[in-house]
Amino acid sequence: MSQQHPDVPFAVTLDVGSSLANLTGTWRTERPVYVDRLPPCNHACPAGENIQAWLAYAEEGDYEAAWREAMRDNPLPAIMGRACYHPCEGACNRSPLDDAVNIHAVERFLGDQAIEKGWVPAAGAAPTGKKVLVIGAGPSGLSAAYHLRRLGHAVTIREAGPVPGGMMRFGIPAYRLPREIVQAEIDRILAMGVDLDLNHKVEDIQAEMKDGGFDACFLAIGAHLAKRVDIPTPDAGKILDAIGVLREMDTSENPPLLGRRVVVYGGGNTAIDMARTAKRLGAEEAIIVYRRTREMMPAHDFEVEEALAEGVILNWLTTIKEIDDSGSFVVEKMALNDEGWPEPTGEFDTIEADSLVLALGQNVDTGFIAKVPGVEIDKDGVIQVGPDMMTGFEGLFAGGDMVPSERTITVAVGHGKKAARHIDAWLGGARHEPPPRHELAGMDKLNTWYYADAPKAVQPALDVVRRQTSFDEIHRGLDETNALYEARRCLSCGNCFECDNCYGVCPDNSVIKLGPGKRFEFNYDYCKGCGICAAECPCGAIEMVPENI
Amino acid sequence: MSGKTSEQKIKFYQKGTFTVGNRLVDEARRSVQGSMERSNAITSGHRACQGCGEALGARYALDAAMRATGGQIIAVNATGCLEVFTTPYPETSWQVPWLHSLFGNAAAVASGVAAAMRVKGREQVRVVAQGGDGGTTDIGFGCLSGMFERNDDVLYICYDNEAYMNTGVQRSSATPPTARTATTPAAGPKPGNVFGTGKNLPLIAMAHNIPYVATASVAHLHDLERKVEKAMAIRGARYIHVFVPCPLGWGSASHDTIRLARLASECGLFPLFEAEHGEITGSIAIRRKVPVEDYLKPQKRFAHLFKDGDGIERIARLQRMADANIKRFDLQRDAKEAPL
Repeated sequence: MSQQHPDVPFAVTLDVGSSLANLTGTWRTERPVYVDRLPPCNHACPAGENIQAWLAYAEEGDYEAAWREAMRDNPLPAIMGRACYHPCEGACNRSPLDDAVNIHAVERFLGDQAIEKGWVPAAGAAPTGKKVLVIGAGPSGLSAAYHLRRLGHAVTIREAGPVPGGMMRFGIPAYRLPREIVQAEIDRILAMGVDLDLNHKVEDIQAEMKDGGFDACFLAIGAHLAKRVDIPTPDAGKILDAIGVLREMDTSENPPLLGRRVVVYGGGNTAIDMARTAKRLGAEEAIIVYRRTREMMPAHDFEVEEALAEGVILNWLTTIKEIDDSGSFVVEKMALNDEGWPEPTGEFDTIEADSLVLALGQNVDTGFIAKVPGVEIDKDGVIQVGPDMMTGFEGLFAGGDMVPSERTITVAVGHGKKAARHIDAWLGGARHEPPPRHELAGMDKLNTWYYADAPKAVQPALDVVRRQTSFDEIHRGLDETNALYEARRCLSCGNCFECDNCYGVCPDNSVIKLGPGKRFEFNYDYCKGCGICAAECPCGAIEMVPENI
Repeated sequence: MSGKTSEQKIKFYQKGTFTVGNRLVDEARRSVQGSMERSNAITSGHRACQGCGEALGARYALDAAMRATGGQIIAVNATGCLEVFTTPYPETSWQVPWLHSLFGNAAAVASGVAAAMRVKGREQVRVVAQGGDGGTTDIGFGCLSGMFERNDDVLYICYDNEAYMNTGVQRSSATPPTARTATTPAAGPKPGNVFGTGKNLPLIAMAHNIPYVATASVAHLHDLERKVEKAMAIRGARYIHVFVPCPLGWGSASHDTIRLARLASECGLFPLFEAEHGEITGSIAIRRKVPVEDYLKPQKRFAHLFKDGDGIERIARLQRMADANIKRFDLQRDAKEAPL
């Protein structure tokens, strides 16, 4: 660095050097480390989507890349963007700031773009020579078929009904999920070379597997048997079940006749769908009767709100005792006891109505499954599976509504993916070990100062009057401008989005910027460990770790 | 107040709007500090404390001045932390021509350098003088006032950490009321620096009717860079007063440097404004208003205010100072989002 000049006094003998000779990194007691944390949306997604990753592509306007990222986990984005109850948004760290990112609307936009532009999934793995039978063409079966096909296996779906789609067709009314969307996404899966046998009810799983030469089987027949209660009535024809009515909506030329005043019994999403469907079929009054309180209804709150806005009437803390000879419904008032459970009060009332539709949940048709050796059916009538989705019978996997879980399309799609990965590993004689999860990027990890306030792009809704009289889709999608806007509201929780904050705020120039897409590196020669980078990282992607001193 | 700060609007709400870099805006509108080509006027290895606000503020300001002038600047430095920690003999951290003379004469030396450049016909070479609050508001004040009144072509930047930190945290005329320093101990009936003392140098600079005066903060990088660039586009005497927290002197955590600077502006105690020829032309609105306690509490120099509740009246008085600033500089209007 510096040289002594023997002929001049010491104080002026040293040549100028750079402070780069002074390695201030030795001062450090803590070191900053870049980390990736798990965003709460990804964590909450039952289908295991990497939501943050596809929002990042969408934010840059690369919708096809965004769609392809979503398709890595979920083959039905246009459907899911409409029918999923978006737990991702419930978990979104943006909620306390202004509003959660409207994730489902962006997903729907991507799904619709894909259908419009005719994007097809990328070619999958080379053929493995293995054959997998999928029983049931609902969301879970279709998801499994898609993932298995991408993994290189030959897949055949056998479906008992005349059309594929399962609950996406029979459980969700068209005003929430238009049928052409369902068909388009199913067709795209079939076009990958998945065989579909319709009107083929499997009665003997082992025989079908043996005859067809299948190496494994994924069972996803759903839960279609309506639960019933015993309500004495002089006219049994007045009592229908919601799943039957909703199915008829889709398969029959003539809409079911429910009369002018319809009572729906139950408090779940199916009850709400049923009441809203009754309204659309011309009922003057659609009355939901539920034995517990409004707060205890399993139906999603936004659906209850939409139903109320459409004029659906809600009678909670009420049970139906009988339909008397004059056709009146005798109902009993309930009251919550000290434990918060409803108890009869002995107070009776009557409701006049033309029909009663039961929406009390569904059971799994387990008859033919019980015959398979080793398969366990628990007391709730659902199939027991291990963490790898395999039943007690080697090579027979199951998922969707027929296994213990929350019964939603998204959970079903997630099961399909998970089962496909385990089936793939099992076929190769291995076990699928999911990679370890990152630490959750909670609100406490973020520095939200750096995000501008931006309210959720409102999805334009059709006005209430039009909703009550038609089966047109209620919510319209985002257009490109507001989809982009919406995607850009993502906070990128837990994962560096290259905002340059750490690079800018370091007083010691100890952050090295590696260039677009390459993120940053710390220069520990000079980093003093002040921690400003970690404190000012908006998304919580830097952690301070104690040095070993 | 007329003619609000001319902030550019951006098209969309974006993630990271207020961050150093924002890859969603045009290249030309990105910050100097986000650029891979930034000049790093102060290089690594300097001996500033962990989390030094002044090291950061000086790099922000000089890098912006270098971009604005194509690197044609000479820096003159008063004595102070910035001078000491960047140039322990025989090393230097400066990657720009740099000159240090005495504690009190930085403004006069800068005037001389500017005159020399003018005489040599090299007026494209611009001069930036810099000092701490001690070298600016106390010791160098006479020379600085002369530089202003002669309208010499110098940008003087004061990095204000509110005391003489380099020599052991003695009070300066920029030390706020109630702050504990080595010379204003937290003892007696009026602990810390007393109310009714000190001076507001940006307002004094404005009284000289110079072309440009501004306050800035290390917590508002985009605003700081914009003000430096604006100053470099003007000839004549210009003054920028940058708020730079000092973890050592303030008794704050090193990672809180930017947070404290942000809270100082968000509570109203350090208003961000600019003025041309003595008239205020704009201010940065408060985005998330906080009480002064939020700013005071993380600092040990104000710890005595929170002991036994006997600081309540003094905190209220500081709050009234903040409220007066908010009124005077119109800080609580609808905050403009996206100030790039």
